[in-house]
Amino acid sequence: MTTSVATAGGIGTSPVRPDGTLKVTGEFAFSSDLWADRMLWGATLRSPHPRARIVSVDLTEALRLPGVHAVLTAEDVPGAKHYGLEHRDQPVLAIGQVRYAGEPVAIVAADHPETARRAAARIGVEYEVLAPVVDSEAALDPACAPVHESGNLLRHVPIRKGPQDVVAPVVVTGEYEVGMQDQAFLGPESGLAIPAEDGGVDLFIATQWLHGDLAQVADCLGLPPEKVRLSLAGVGGAFGGREDVSMQVHACMLALRTGRPVKMVYSREESFFGHVHRHPARLRYEHGADETGRLLYVRARIVLDGGAYASTSMAVVANATTLGIGPYRVPSVTVDGYAVYTNNPPCGAMRGFGAVQACFAYESQMDRLAAALGLDPVELRARNALEPGDTMPTGQVVTGPAPVAELLRRVRDLPLPAPGTGDPREFPGGVANTTRGEGVRRGVGYGVGIKNVGFSEGFDDYSTARVRLELVGGEPAAVVHTAAAEVGQGLVTVMAQIVRTELGVRRVTVATADTTIGSAGSSSASRQTYVTGGAVKAACEAVRREIERRTGRDADLATDLVTVLGDGPIEETVEWRHKPTFPIDPRTGQGDAHVQYAFAAHRATVDVDVELGLVRVVEIATAQDVGRALHPQSVRGQIAGGTAQGLGLAVMEEIQVVDGRIRNPSFTDYLIPTILDVPPMLIDVLELGDPEAPYGLRGVGEPPTISSTPAIVAAIRAATGLPLKRVPVRPEHLTGT
Amino acid sequence: MRLNLSVNGEERTADDVWEGESLLYVLRERLGLPGAKNACEQGECGSCTVYLDGTPVCACLVAAGQAAGRAVRTVEGLAGPGALHPIQQAFLTAGAVQCGFCTPGLIVAVHDLLERNPEPSDPDIREALAGNLCRCTGYEHIVAAVKLAARR
Repeated sequence: MTTSVATAGGIGTSPVRPDGTLKVTGEFAFSSDLWADRMLWGATLRSPHPRARIVSVDLTEALRLPGVHAVLTAEDVPGAKHYGLEHRDQPVLAIGQVRYAGEPVAIVAADHPETARRAAARIGVEYEVLAPVVDSEAALDPACAPVHESGNLLRHVPIRKGPQDVVAPVVVTGEYEVGMQDQAFLGPESGLAIPAEDGGVDLFIATQWLHGDLAQVADCLGLPPEKVRLSLAGVGGAFGGREDVSMQVHACMLALRTGRPVKMVYSREESFFGHVHRHPARLRYEHGADETGRLLYVRARIVLDGGAYASTSMAVVANATTLGIGPYRVPSVTVDGYAVYTNNPPCGAMRGFGAVQACFAYESQMDRLAAALGLDPVELRARNALEPGDTMPTGQVVTGPAPVAELLRRVRDLPLPAPGTGDPREFPGGVANTTRGEGVRRGVGYGVGIKNVGFSEGFDDYSTARVRLELVGGEPAAVVHTAAAEVGQGLVTVMAQIVRTELGVRRVTVATADTTIGSAGSSSASRQTYVTGGAVKAACEAVRREIERRTGRDADLATDLVTVLGDGPIEETVEWRHKPTFPIDPRTGQGDAHVQYAFAAHRATVDVDVELGLVRVVEIATAQDVGRALHPQSVRGQIAGGTAQGLGLAVMEEIQVVDGRIRNPSFTDYLIPTILDVPPMLIDVLELGDPEAPYGLRGVGEPPTISSTPAIVAAIRAATGLPLKRVPVRPEHLTGT
Repeated sequence: MRLNLSVNGEERTADDVWEGESLLYVLRERLGLPGAKNACEQGECGSCTVYLDGTPVCACLVAAGQAAGRAVRTVEGLAGPGALHPIQQAFLTAGAVQCGFCTPGLIVAVHDLLERNPEPSDPDIREALAGNLCRCTGYEHIVAAVKLAARR
């Protein structure tokens, strides 16, 4: 066996990120920063109607505008006319009808972005407006107009575990609603497509999954995959919103048609129409328990509004359902989850991916059950907390650490924040100076959640990594290459750390992610450090085997590397998979669907001005088991950032959709948390180690987003005594006005 | 139109500027300075913050013509060539950079804060940076970076 050496900047330390210097100096090239000689600008014409038949399209006036180089419609799509991550139901450009307000109808290339926008506005589209389907429950009525020919039910996931006729002495029921949240990544959808001499195209793009894009883009362009080359441009945040294709095909079509590079950059307003959102949800729950608080059964019905196209709705509803009762041990479970088509904006992946909506409902229920029993909310949760060896509602046995009760106890036992100092900036309303403390009530609430890590239900979830080790200037240096998308989470740092730890080299370069190497899978589902990290580790192990082959004995990396590499570089490419998962039974939902479970718990403290309905979150404490913190500083960054997004859903963020139209597509009207809205955070990181995962790590990104929302709402309930069954909580919910 | 202005101490000229263009567009697309970012282009996010004659502004809200003959300083001009300003170094050390799209605007805003108030309290920091949205970090490490930069 090869001996490792502790190398500076290896795993468990927190080196500075390799792209950091360029990011602080403004030189890092995000996808909207790209430029090419003779470059044109693309623009998109979108439907103003949520449901309409397209009677005619007249391009004459648009084409007449000086500076316009191309105006394209569905007829110009060279290959497959539809795309989609799981189900290819979404037209590249509308074909004869539109199914949501904001659906792309035509695209333009011009020599200036304003010219392109004006040309798009000159395209004459005659619509026959139809009544849209905008209610997710009504959409399930067989009499409802179908949004697609296949009907409005995208997927029904039933879960039946244990006896189905259980009765209980203590029963609480509740109906809950979750609004439509936006990922609100700051870097808008953008990219640069450059036509190539071989008839293909090079696309520089901000995405979460280069090969997911490649498969769809190549098909829609009617090109073989080798003629469509994708490289990752700088990604200004993602959070699920870049898992689907947005402007990728459009930019390539315009570049191929004009023979010139084409850049497309969405405005913030267009971004709200340009990507999928978090599913709005309606959830009805019934919890039955005995007098000691032990859960006997949970019954639930979850309806997710998938909007006009499928995106990842089938997987989202499976998550919401299979994780739908939370991290609790329950002998009898009956859950039905539905994802439905409507003419609302399409919904798909956002951080937490179905687990968020369910967690708000089941944690609200746990608080109501605690109140019904006269029990402390943490104590009730601890009595029912999942432990290793317990079974999930799918029948899957939980392996490895599952410290649910421990996480709750940890956040409970942290000291509570001190009372306010009287600085008016610390009251709800802050610098608006709306109170001196009269009418302000404090409340504390708890939440705990569960998330699956990695892709589920039998998906072939793998990543590919290449590690090359060679002498540069007489010193060993490594290059690591994958197609994994760095979206801000710090994967580039972690990959270099793994190489340093495994190979004992200090100099590690992370090559730009592109499609010249095999797929890394998506930067989603909290999976990339696990799966691509696992692939990098495996590639390093292959390099070490080659070192041993060359030396013919156990190698000492500290002393042998220079000699070994004198015989030439070593390069190994490895495809790596985690343990397989399996489909769930379509009638009972039983099956080992998930790879790994991750847990976090939150305690929120809030001040509420009960007269004005204003909330200030005073402090949030998080405890999370991350298995092993490969980069402790980034782990804390993920926890703080994820928690803040849960705060947004609790009290601020909702895309308001009225009659199928988004009413607030701007950062003026869709509010994400500012530094004044996000409180100081206490973060307690546990490293319990999952024996099945590389280095024992557990996916980090999503759990903190899941339970912060119910913890904050529980704290507001504690401050106000109000039931609060919908998020985001708005001032009028608190004042009754 | 032709636009003459000073950028990071250098006299610069942009030709064929359309009157409707913003200072942000001219910096990014005509002068090769993409540091100021285009997250909202309506003055809500702070990602395009630059100094205009010493005052921090949202470059997206300044018409290009309004900058004629004036001095602009962007994130690219805060430190000397090849060097990092202590605020930039603090952002790296504190882990305040994730996706980095808000970072340039925040660094200019922090630069302005520390010029005015070298030892800001927590509420001072939060009030001063309330116009700069960050979607990744939850602001924890940004507050830490400001404190670290202030100590230096």
